[in-house]
Amino acid sequence: MAEPAAILAMTGITKEFPGVKALSDVDFRLFPGEVHALMGENGAGKSTLIKALTGVYDIDGGEILLEGEAVRFTGPLQAQQAGVSTVYQEINLCPNLSVAENIFIGREPRRLGAIQWKKIHRRATELLRRLRLDIDASALLGTYSIAVQQMVAIARAIDISAKVLIFDEPTSSLDAKECEQLFRVMRQLKDEGIAILFVTHFLDQVYEVTDRVTVLRNGRLVGERLTAELAQIDLVAMMIGKELEVLEQLDEQPKSSPAALQDASPVVAASELGRDGAVAPFNLAIHRGEVVGLAGLLGSGRTEVARLLFGADRADHGQIRVDGTTVAVRNPRTAMAHGIAFCSENRRTEGLVEDLTVRENIILALQAERGWSRPIPRRRQEELVDKYIKALRITPANPDMVVRNLSGGNQQKVLLARWLITEPRLLILDEPTRGIDVGAKAEIQRLVVSLADGGMAVLFISAELEEVLRLSHKIAVLRDRHLVTEMPNDGVDVEHVMRIIASGAAV
Amino acid sequence: MTSLTGRWPGLRRPQRKYIPVLATLSLLAVMYGVGAVRYEAFSDGQVILNVFVDNAFLLVVAAGMTFVILTGGIDLSVGSVVALTTMLSASLLQEQGWPPYAVLPFVLFVGALLGFAMGCIIHYFEIQPFIVTLAGMFLARGLCYTISTSSIPITDPFWTSMAQSKVRFGEYFVSPSVIVALVVVIVGAYVLSHTRLGRNTYAIGGNPASALLMGLPVARTQITVYAISGFCSALGGVLLSFYMLSGYGLHAVGMELDAIAAVVIGGTLLTGGSGYLVGTVLGVLVLGVIQTIITFDGTLSSWWTKIVIGALLFVFILLQRVIGARKAR
Amino acid sequence: MTASLSGHMSALTRRRLFWPVTILIVLLLANLLFTPDFFKIEIRGGHLYGSLIDIVRFGAPLIMVALGMTLVIATRGIDLSVGSIVAICGALACLWISGQDDQNSVAGVLTAVGLALGLALVLGLWNGFLVAGVGMQPIIATLILMVAGRGLAQLITDGQIITINSTPYKLIGGGYWLTVPFSILLALGAVALAVALTRRTALGMLIESVGGNAEASRLAGIGSRRIIVMVYVFCAFCAGIAGLMISSNVSSADGNNAGLWIELDAILAVVIGGTSLAGGRFSIGGTVVGALLIQALSTTIYTVGVPPETTLLFKALVVTVVCLIQSPAFRAKVFQRRRRPSARAAAREKTKVEVAP
Repeated sequence: MAEPAAILAMTGITKEFPGVKALSDVDFRLFPGEVHALMGENGAGKSTLIKALTGVYDIDGGEILLEGEAVRFTGPLQAQQAGVSTVYQEINLCPNLSVAENIFIGREPRRLGAIQWKKIHRRATELLRRLRLDIDASALLGTYSIAVQQMVAIARAIDISAKVLIFDEPTSSLDAKECEQLFRVMRQLKDEGIAILFVTHFLDQVYEVTDRVTVLRNGRLVGERLTAELAQIDLVAMMIGKELEVLEQLDEQPKSSPAALQDASPVVAASELGRDGAVAPFNLAIHRGEVVGLAGLLGSGRTEVARLLFGADRADHGQIRVDGTTVAVRNPRTAMAHGIAFCSENRRTEGLVEDLTVRENIILALQAERGWSRPIPRRRQEELVDKYIKALRITPANPDMVVRNLSGGNQQKVLLARWLITEPRLLILDEPTRGIDVGAKAEIQRLVVSLADGGMAVLFISAELEEVLRLSHKIAVLRDRHLVTEMPNDGVDVEHVMRIIASGAAV
Repeated sequence: MTSLTGRWPGLRRPQRKYIPVLATLSLLAVMYGVGAVRYEAFSDGQVILNVFVDNAFLLVVAAGMTFVILTGGIDLSVGSVVALTTMLSASLLQEQGWPPYAVLPFVLFVGALLGFAMGCIIHYFEIQPFIVTLAGMFLARGLCYTISTSSIPITDPFWTSMAQSKVRFGEYFVSPSVIVALVVVIVGAYVLSHTRLGRNTYAIGGNPASALLMGLPVARTQITVYAISGFCSALGGVLLSFYMLSGYGLHAVGMELDAIAAVVIGGTLLTGGSGYLVGTVLGVLVLGVIQTIITFDGTLSSWWTKIVIGALLFVFILLQRVIGARKAR
Repeated sequence: MTASLSGHMSALTRRRLFWPVTILIVLLLANLLFTPDFFKIEIRGGHLYGSLIDIVRFGAPLIMVALGMTLVIATRGIDLSVGSIVAICGALACLWISGQDDQNSVAGVLTAVGLALGLALVLGLWNGFLVAGVGMQPIIATLILMVAGRGLAQLITDGQIITINSTPYKLIGGGYWLTVPFSILLALGAVALAVALTRRTALGMLIESVGGNAEASRLAGIGSRRIIVMVYVFCAFCAGIAGLMISSNVSSADGNNAGLWIELDAILAVVIGGTSLAGGRFSIGGTVVGALLIQALSTTIYTVGVPPETTLLFKALVVTVVCLIQSPAFRAKVFQRRRRPSARAAAREKTKVEVAP
């Protein structure tokens, strides 16, 4: 069967940011009447590719052909006018306007300058009926769920004449029923000949709705496959890949937790802890001197587990026990009081206060624990900060430097130092090695090992399975917001974990 | 599919957005009722018309403010622009000998220009509207005093005729200023509901980032809105000079607060995106009726006006939060 | 690299105060042209006299109000109600004293001061509750008290101007102590207290942290609500003292005009002093310079002989220039430092972060 001509063909796309090559020589093509999944972990280049397509970014190299003609859009708006529309996870519509108005604003039919409301409502109703959506076009958009709002965004896009529809993680905040609804509309649009690019992290959804998959990793194309011919395990392998980085500095670790430690009661144990829409109830126990690794794809609930344990989000179910006693973890303060510390994956937005200095950022949590009226004496501050600047080799070793001016790796170390000086009993590290250079990465990995040797419990989250396997005594695997299984790390290899992620069951 | 929509039965939905305006309307009715029961002369229709007569200029200014607040901005300069307009009119008419038909368009142009300039600074340099219009407020007041530090009486025949003539319907009457104010409100309401400019105003207030992504002319709209507010302030200033027959740098001190209060009590969200001009009319009436009741009572002092306005602001902002919170879930 | 970078940074922070200080000095020197003995300070009848002394003395209430405002703005807030609080506190103190048989009774004056400042604390608590407890935007929350507070002040004075004749009360705003105007000492004391409170304890750092990044602060275990309430209470307390100073200086309380527009001057002083309206880093020293600059501006305009009301024009100019210099968009557009696409991308990243639950 001869393939029809691609409606969109991107070849050799290259995009550099200062210090990072976000995309190098990536090819991507899209055919009319197909749903094409774009997959990859954090930093793989998915959103950069979409932004390069829609003109948010200028590309440094490569060619974009839309219906055979070379295009370079100046922004999403121009892209939309040319027939390339994007539907985002966070809705880019106005909640305070009616459904009909959101579909037509900026292009309202007018007579003598006056907007013809009747016509708008009639056309909106027709359009919604075509998508088989039973909603009132005159109601305010904000009164509907995110799922319906996405449908309205789709309606707007296809009314502007979309040939290519990009769905950027539309399902992240939808429940199962809402996803079904979305997929029904996607299939319908596909049958009408529209080409759909679908970004998602959920494996099930890929197999449910897509025809073709393209996987990116570290800004490079890993491959393009037909979904029906691609086994789940191969898809996971494509996404996660094998890290070639050699970290020979790191000694082989004893993989299993020392038996003596297993007998003692865990430092922190969660039972049936969960939050609606974030992560299903799970059980997890972490012992003294133990590193527990959380494995799973992006969006699998890794971060949500960490946030629940730290009280950053309120749990809807279950409880947390510290040293066998049930405690109420209502907010980060109470979690800290029980010796739990959490380094967020979003260093800049949830971690550091970038306008403050290295010294201030390092002592922040300790100071918060002590309260404002008991300042840490200046000399003690300097001792502590000097100690950790040396121990973690933060460069430049200047405690009065504003954190904004540090490199990513050093910022990460500052954040680590902040929590280490509080001497936590459980340290939660969410992607501590992401976006930092290899040297800093090895240093942080070594640090995790030595902290555990010193008796600290560590919950280690990373997208890199190799890293998780190398450091952890115990591994918990998450998929689609469920904790699938928990197992000791004896003789487990990357393949095995991938198989669990792919199949969603312990094997 | 029903699970997606079932939470919001279609019947009750359209009313939701009118709740704040309805609340203001009932408040106004209650206040009027209380007044009518307590004071005999209160039920005379002319009392309500007098509220319009005394507040025509505030109504015009508040209408302009409504546009700005709908985009999520604020304009602190309105009171000063009103004062500047009275001063400029008085000076041009009395001291420079300009004819009224030249003075009127000129002062309106100056007001709109000031608003336009502030809008440009707000939009292009991304400085908070609060600070930019604060500077505008200082500037306009300062300009008043460069003209004169004392009050200039206006004796121009057109001005005095506008001050003294009455538009009668039977036994009732209003001043021409009220007609002007009502025309402004009607035109404003039409612009907000039936033109792209109006709808873009709402869209920007609802979600500026989305408005940009949907291809709406955010820059043009934002700047126009401040120009409208400047124009309305100047027009309000003209009406105030009809009312006072003088130009003075201390006219309309604190009027920006009255205008903001009227808009908020009229049900417009201070965060933008929701509200109606008719609500602003009701808000101005509420302020006027409070003053009228206090005048009628005789034992209540004028400062109760401010305390009551403060309390109403509190209640209405709280009400907005409650409605907003319910909408979000 | 280290040295040059940190040197660069400290040069920048120094430059923040550089312009206000320079303008202040230029203003003062300009006065010298019109009044040759402008810098002369002499002791007359046991009191310090001189134009410079007058600037600080008349500027003292503004310094007080701006002091509190600095901390509020550092938490990414704003307090519009300070002018009303000034009026309320002056009114209450004068009302109490005027009701005394002996207006010169020290005990009576102390009670009046205590009552007024107590009320200021309550009002600050109210603002803090609305902002941190109810979660209103600061500008809206404090607008309520700004409007209603004027009414309250007039309610206290019964719409009259209360005139008193009390020597001990006169000391606060118009008296001298050890040859120095007492209000200057009071302002100095308050500045010293604020510096001690913020820099000797950890309060300053926590305030900057909350204003700089609220979510990161929450995840670092900082109880930001308590800090925000404290800051509004402190701001109201400072405004209360300013109210006492102003009413004491004129020996009367005017509910309508006392402290009118002082909130705007205070915000202006803070901004001139280099504290960003976006919150974060604050500088008490900068605020003091800013307040003195504003006062010197008024004084200069008097001595030069321009109508005093035109001060407003200069203020408009100063606000505009200072804000434009502080605006990243302005600098980007004028100096072409930033490229458009990256800026747009940054903005998008930000909205994404805010939307994520």
